[in-house]
Amino acid sequence: MIEVRGVTKRYGATTVVDDVSLDVPDGGLVALIGPNGAGKSTLLSIMSRLLPADAGTVLVDGMDVTTTRSDVLARRLAILRQDAHVGSRLTVRDLVTFGRYPHSKGRYTVEDRAHVERALDFLDLQPFADRFLDELSGGQRQRAFVAMVLCQDTDHVLLDEPLNNLDLRHAVGMMRLLRRATDELGKTVVVVLHDINVASCWSDRIVAMKDGRVAHDGPPAEVVRPEVLSDVYDLDVAVHELDGQLIGTYYR
Amino acid sequence: MSADLAARAGTALPAADRRRARPGLALTVLAALVVVAAAAFLTVGATGSWSFVLPFRATKLAGLAVVGTAVAVATVLFQTVTANRILTPSLLGMDAMFTLVQTVLVFVLGGAALAALPATGMFLGQVVVMVGCAVVLFGWLFGGQRRSLHLLLLVGVVLGTLLRSASGMLQRIMDPNEFAVLTNRLFASFNAIDDTLLGITAALVAAGCAFAWHRRHVLDVLALGRECATGLGVPYRRAVLEVLVVVAVLVSASTALVGPVTFLGLLVANVAYVVLGTHQHRWVLPGAALVSTLFLVAGQVVLEHALGFDTSLGVVIELVGGVLFLVLLVRGAAR
Ligand SMILES: Nc1ncnc2c1ncn2[C@@H]1O[C@H](COP(=O)(O)OP(=O)(O)OP(=O)(O)O)[C@@H](O)[C@H]1O
Ligand SMILES: [Mg+2]
Repeated sequence: MIEVRGVTKRYGATTVVDDVSLDVPDGGLVALIGPNGAGKSTLLSIMSRLLPADAGTVLVDGMDVTTTRSDVLARRLAILRQDAHVGSRLTVRDLVTFGRYPHSKGRYTVEDRAHVERALDFLDLQPFADRFLDELSGGQRQRAFVAMVLCQDTDHVLLDEPLNNLDLRHAVGMMRLLRRATDELGKTVVVVLHDINVASCWSDRIVAMKDGRVAHDGPPAEVVRPEVLSDVYDLDVAVHELDGQLIGTYYR
Repeated sequence: MSADLAARAGTALPAADRRRARPGLALTVLAALVVVAAAAFLTVGATGSWSFVLPFRATKLAGLAVVGTAVAVATVLFQTVTANRILTPSLLGMDAMFTLVQTVLVFVLGGAALAALPATGMFLGQVVVMVGCAVVLFGWLFGGQRRSLHLLLLVGVVLGTLLRSASGMLQRIMDPNEFAVLTNRLFASFNAIDDTLLGITAALVAAGCAFAWHRRHVLDVLALGRECATGLGVPYRRAVLEVLVVVAVLVSASTALVGPVTFLGLLVANVAYVVLGTHQHRWVLPGAALVSTLFLVAGQVVLEHALGFDTSLGVVIELVGGVLFLVLLVRGAAR
């Protein structure tokens, strides 16, 4: 369970996250949507203690993220940042292996290695496993970072735009993987998405942010509606039911 | 698939190492070269009584090894927490800071009072002051967000100049006798290593290296950068401060022993990264220490006996290191 209580973040005079409260119960795939600058990444950074809030608290399994030991949190919550990068020059396998650090503190066991190989398999990375990150395409690199986060094997997973740079097949593969993680392993996944149709088709719940606040919050059937989406994005969006899925169209 | 997985997971060398230079082999070769260089250093061109030459040269050899190790480990640690391969503690003015601390001490306490103090206590006192200053300053520079390399280089240049001119000013208005005491302390060299200081320095450097080795896995994670390290559960600020304390201790110790060497660290750290082909600290830390010792010892042998120069090792290191610095800077390898 992640509880966000009255979280506020300001930069100078501008409030970029404005008194947000949100409960994310265990198990389930929550999509966080909203226009650029709505405060999605800021909120995720605060939830994962990468950024201090100016007011409010975030509790993960009842523990305040700002006061709990960082290594305790790292075994419960993993985060993929929007602009994920690392300082060192690493191969894909090395990067993914770092995902096991919270569990093994650098003394990687056979079990850790198995986790790494599994994550590499799941994200289709075996062919590139021994390449350096700077020798990969954007989408391959994005998958490597997601593999590292999944390798951390935490109950709560926060992913900021994991579909960035992914082709259609890998985007669907990624969502299927996240779905399986929630359904079969009982993980809690919060994922920032820009494609409202992906959110509509794959998530249990959609939280829409606008101007630093939660503007709408509910199951896809409640949020994927023309008046709601038009309000969130300031854009005319029509919603159609196709093959039992709610699909928004807005392309022209 | 699971059998295959287990087989792969069970191998001693993870598959990731296949594409790399083998760090274990490189380390062994380096160690062997250091032994050869040390043997040459102790024996080549010795004339007169062995019982005099050997202890004399052994002390000098120990000094070179201690300084080499201190500078190499300090640079690797510093580059890890600052996430770059071009900055070194000296380039950011850390040894200028040490000079200033020494100058202020002589200025405030006076040469006579200093001479009365026990050398050990004096030295340790300096190290403590130095660590305090370095932690405040560099903790502030590196504890928070990532700063651009150019800004840091500029800060280093300005800071170095500022600290050096502060020292220069104090030295100018100082009593000439005290100034003589100070110059004695500041202009040590590889050829005039003080025996008692060597003992203390060796102990401090050993402690610093033990810490670095103990934290080698944390260092690997710190090298990923602030956000990544935090996400993986390393308390970033505290870990960086701890490392900076150790860097300050190592730099103070080696500067006190032989004076500032600006580019040695840069040179040996980068050679170590290339030779070992990995950034893992369990390889890079001993590797850089060996490369550094090898450079100093072999350099001294070649200069003294092959070329017949006497005291120019420092100059040669600064020249080669300076050229490497420019190359790295121009190639943008810092990113
Ligand atoms: N370091 C900063 N200083 C000042 N303003 C910032 C800073 N970081 C973010 N902001 C501002 O905060 C607001 C929210 O940013 P945030 O990154 O959370 O948006 P987002 O919803 O993730 O957008 P996107 O969809 O583009 O990723 C933006 O208006 C941004 O300009
Ligand atoms: Mg964002």
